[in-house]
Amino acid sequence: MIYLVAMLAIIRREAMRFVRQRSRFLAALVRPLVWLVVFAAGFRAALGLSIIPPYQTYITYEVYIVPGLCGMIQLFNGMQSSLSLVYDQEMGSMRLLLTSPLPRWWLLLSKLLAGALVSILQVYVFLAVAAGFGITLDPWGYVAVLPALVLSGLMLGALGLLISSTIRQLENFAGVMNFVIFPMFFLSTALYPLWKMAESSQLLRDICAWNPFTHAVELIRFALYLHPNLWALLWVCLSFALFFGAAVLGYDPAHGMTRRRKG
Amino acid sequence: MTLTVSDLGYAYGAKRALDGVSFALMPGFTALLGPNGAGKSTLFALLTRLFVTREGRICVAGQDMARAPRAALSQIGVVFQQPTLDLDMSVAANMRYFAALHGIAGREASIRASRALEQLGMAERANERARDLNGGHRRRMEIARALIHDPKVLLLDEPTVGLDFKSRQGIVDHVHQLAGQGLTVLWATHLVDEIRDSDGVVVLHRGRVLAHQRAETLRAGRPLADVFIEMTASEVPT
Repeated sequence: MIYLVAMLAIIRREAMRFVRQRSRFLAALVRPLVWLVVFAAGFRAALGLSIIPPYQTYITYEVYIVPGLCGMIQLFNGMQSSLSLVYDQEMGSMRLLLTSPLPRWWLLLSKLLAGALVSILQVYVFLAVAAGFGITLDPWGYVAVLPALVLSGLMLGALGLLISSTIRQLENFAGVMNFVIFPMFFLSTALYPLWKMAESSQLLRDICAWNPFTHAVELIRFALYLHPNLWALLWVCLSFALFFGAAVLGYDPAHGMTRRRKG
Repeated sequence: MTLTVSDLGYAYGAKRALDGVSFALMPGFTALLGPNGAGKSTLFALLTRLFVTREGRICVAGQDMARAPRAALSQIGVVFQQPTLDLDMSVAANMRYFAALHGIAGREASIRASRALEQLGMAERANERARDLNGGHRRRMEIARALIHDPKVLLLDEPTVGLDFKSRQGIVDHVHQLAGQGLTVLWATHLVDEIRDSDGVVVLHRGRVLAHQRAETLRAGRPLADVFIEMTASEVPT
């Protein structure tokens, strides 16, 4: 009960923060829409897509990249919460959280869940706008994708959390953009399927196949089309466990990076 | 004894920030007096378990910080040097968020929030946005917030930094009142004018405790400032 009270409060706070930051919401929405409308239109001509699961017919490129853009929203959101965590550490409100008598892993998990829910809200708004552009799915697909989004949101949030436990200053955050977000996004199946990657380089294909973001995107893609993808599910769960475990360790005063921070 | 620190040590790499720090506090007001860099903030980080150390022991209301950290933390209220408010939330919402972090919700949280705000003379500001409060009132709110879960020990790390004289005076008075009601207060500062004769004083310098006495005894008829400057100047660096 005590646990739940704290978790709900953390989620409510995150949600209210998000609602207040309308520009953040718009930016989060405009980014994937620009990709969908501008980028996809340009690439449609250049890229021929064959029929690959979970699709059962030929699809246009716009249809292909929708799940990847859902993943992109969550990736950016995860990094954004990581950024706000670094900010919180500098500003002190993270200390407030960490001096609560509840176990740290629970507080951090609550924080992750809050971030994931905020990202899911953005994904659904994006899917609604995409539907406005004529990219519609099976109605059940919108339901089935929810658990997939929770998992991928938690996994990407945990990655952000892990990064925030190793970064000490806000200034270092530009590096995260260059070395985490971009490679993760471009070296995944968000924009091109694996076989397309393999055509140009086997190495790139292998990197894509190892990238946890690829599996998050595939999990979302298959869920949207009501197909199970246990392999992606397993990968996303394992990555979450790994990132979260390392992040909890990073925030543990006995082991972690906080030791090096002077109070 | 509500707060016992025994033989506490901590190092940032090769630099020793705290060395063999021991003191025991009873309910009442104790000032942790030390110049900048004395190790006050490190001590506070250890007392709130933001840092942990293998050297020494911290006991809060009978709970060992290393063995039962959560039981110990639940007995501590803390006001950090840096403000930790959510500026866009109302005073009451800030209070309720903190209560929830301690597992207190609903009506109980609201009752405790108003009671704590009242103690600090902030009751009428409950619905104002934290951003609209002046520095002194923000600080008072943080003190009220630190009391919401009825801790036995209240830690304040230089809580009057950046405040004007009147706000400082108000906060010093309020916290002395709280200490008079049976709370154990540890107030870190480098400003001697915040300390009264009846207060306990722990003098910390270069990570060591130089003295732990009543302010009146410590100053022995001289101004406390002179005694403090003398003590911290004569100590040979370690």
